Amino acid sequence: MSIGASELLREPGGFDAPPGSLVAGRSPLVLFWARLRRDRAALVALIAIVVLVLVAICAPLVVALFGAPGPNAVDANAMDAFGAPKGPGAGALFGYDSLGRDVFSRTVYGARVSLLVGVGGTAIAVVLGVVVGLLAGFYRGWVDTLLSRFVDVLLSFPILLLALGIASACSLGKGCVGGAIKPGLGTVLLVVAIINWTYIARIVRGQVLSLRERDFVAAARVSGASDATIVFREILPNLIAPVIVYATLLVPQNILLEAALSFLGVGITPPTASWGAMIADAAQNFDTQWWYMVFPGAALLLTVLSFNLLGDGLRDALDPRRGR
Amino acid sequence: MARFLVRRCLWGVVLLVLVSAATFAIFYLLPSADPAVLRAGRGATPQTIAAVRHDLGLDRPVTAQYWHFLTQLVLHFDLGYSYTSGAPVSSLIADGLPATISLAAGAIVVWLLVGIPLGILSALRPRSWFDRLAMGGALVALSAPVYWLGLVVLYLFADDIGRWPLLPGAGSYVGLTRDPWHWLTALVLPWLVLASTFAAIYARVLRTSLIETMQEDYVRTARAKGISERRVVLRHGVRNALGPLVTLLGLDVGVLLGGAVLTEAVFGIPGIGRLNYTAITTSDLPVIQGTVLLAALFIVVANIVVDVAYALLDPRVRLDG
Repeated sequence: MSIGASELLREPGGFDAPPGSLVAGRSPLVLFWARLRRDRAALVALIAIVVLVLVAICAPLVVALFGAPGPNAVDANAMDAFGAPKGPGAGALFGYDSLGRDVFSRTVYGARVSLLVGVGGTAIAVVLGVVVGLLAGFYRGWVDTLLSRFVDVLLSFPILLLALGIASACSLGKGCVGGAIKPGLGTVLLVVAIINWTYIARIVRGQVLSLRERDFVAAARVSGASDATIVFREILPNLIAPVIVYATLLVPQNILLEAALSFLGVGITPPTASWGAMIADAAQNFDTQWWYMVFPGAALLLTVLSFNLLGDGLRDALDPRRGR
Repeated sequence: MARFLVRRCLWGVVLLVLVSAATFAIFYLLPSADPAVLRAGRGATPQTIAAVRHDLGLDRPVTAQYWHFLTQLVLHFDLGYSYTSGAPVSSLIADGLPATISLAAGAIVVWLLVGIPLGILSALRPRSWFDRLAMGGALVALSAPVYWLGLVVLYLFADDIGRWPLLPGAGSYVGLTRDPWHWLTALVLPWLVLASTFAAIYARVLRTSLIETMQEDYVRTARAKGISERRVVLRHGVRNALGPLVTLLGLDVGVLLGGAVLTEAVFGIPGIGRLNYTAITTSDLPVIQGTVLLAALFIVVANIVVDVAYALLDPRVRLDG
């Protein structure tokens, strides 16, 4: 969804030192971390995310630890006397879904898809956006005009519908681009990358436009540095902090986007466990079997909330004038 | 002003042509599935498929197909026919618009009424318990998937399956002209659910904007003149802080008129979004394409309206640049 897009498009501020403190000689990243450490909510969120990543990586271990079966294993004892799946209890921590699969196990494995798409998809978009933004901002002229106009066109697309369109086009048959992009994870990553890189490109372009006029760039140029040296040694290091912040703010939106696509049936293909797809399964009979709607939804809510909290904290740390 | 409008509208037309070309490419060139096979249905003979391919013009060159699509669209407002029902896409869209407009209009009223006061009160006392509570709540609302929130609300309050049956549940929408009272009650839950995310965003944006505005010199001057604090906040602060919200509102209206896919799907509201959703689940390409184009049209128009509104609100913005 386009949530917060306009918040993201606001220009980040510079690294002004807070008045009265001695900060000379400290790098922007060190300052950044020093400010972040004072934000308790963001630190709690960071810990939650680390735990979540560990759970996702060690999913088989976590599931075994609680004595639950695998995410796609169908339990013969899952149904009650009336043929309906059993709820949370002694047999299964979170109950069973309509096919008799363990909801706890699927919720744990669902974290893998969410994180992979949220972090991986955003990373692809960031690389693309940084390259385009750097080229447009550094070379200006026709390169800039062409790239900026292209971004304008992409931004005038209805985002969720563009995602749905590409996802549904790629969910047919063997996939799209002659079968190069398969339905499922590949398609979702493609959609996330296509939608997100424009924001990063805009932000990076704006930053580069101002950075390239700064004295240290002029100094490097006078001392005979090549374009490549200037871009990689002088400009890129100054982009790291803002790009990290905006990427962190995009991650929760992409997790929600993956879940929404899977909920609508054009994202992750079954039987892979995805929180969005689990909620879609539950939508049929959540009036009596509430548990396999509630648990994946709560997992999704907490994950997205953690990333949003961390993103807000990072943004405030980057620009101390904001959010006070 | 006139020159600006003409230029923006021409650029809007260019954008729409590009979007139409892109949607055409997405739906006819990208998939490896064959539209003719989809149209012909299950178990069709090769002869039937060939006949369907000829009927749909899929055996002609791509450029000729696109030209045909474009001229049909511009000259006859013809978006083709649904693969599943055979009905014209344009009339399917016309049928869905009233429901989508009803949903969007009510939700906008709700989120403005909730988001703006929350944003103002939070900005006036930053870091107070009220501010922390409101902004914490906003962050939770922002993080909740809207379709899940819809299901939870239905589980709790729908009159058919709810634990506390208060309001009509999913699939109870009727047109405004048929039964205004039923229309209103059936839309209360969808309005609240759809508005929650937006109310959160608006409150956050307004809070940030108003905190910045209240530190401006002209606010200090206004206070020094001895104007009542209420007047300073409303006339000098809020009025100038609303700028970002105007932009947001314009774009959100444009996006929502293209259909709130998730909300409409969960609550079974027969609008553009649900049309799009059913089309996706049945691979009904012409309908998906038509709804995407419609949404793009709304977004392009909303962009132009926002630019003009900005100029009217803020005399510093000049339109003839």
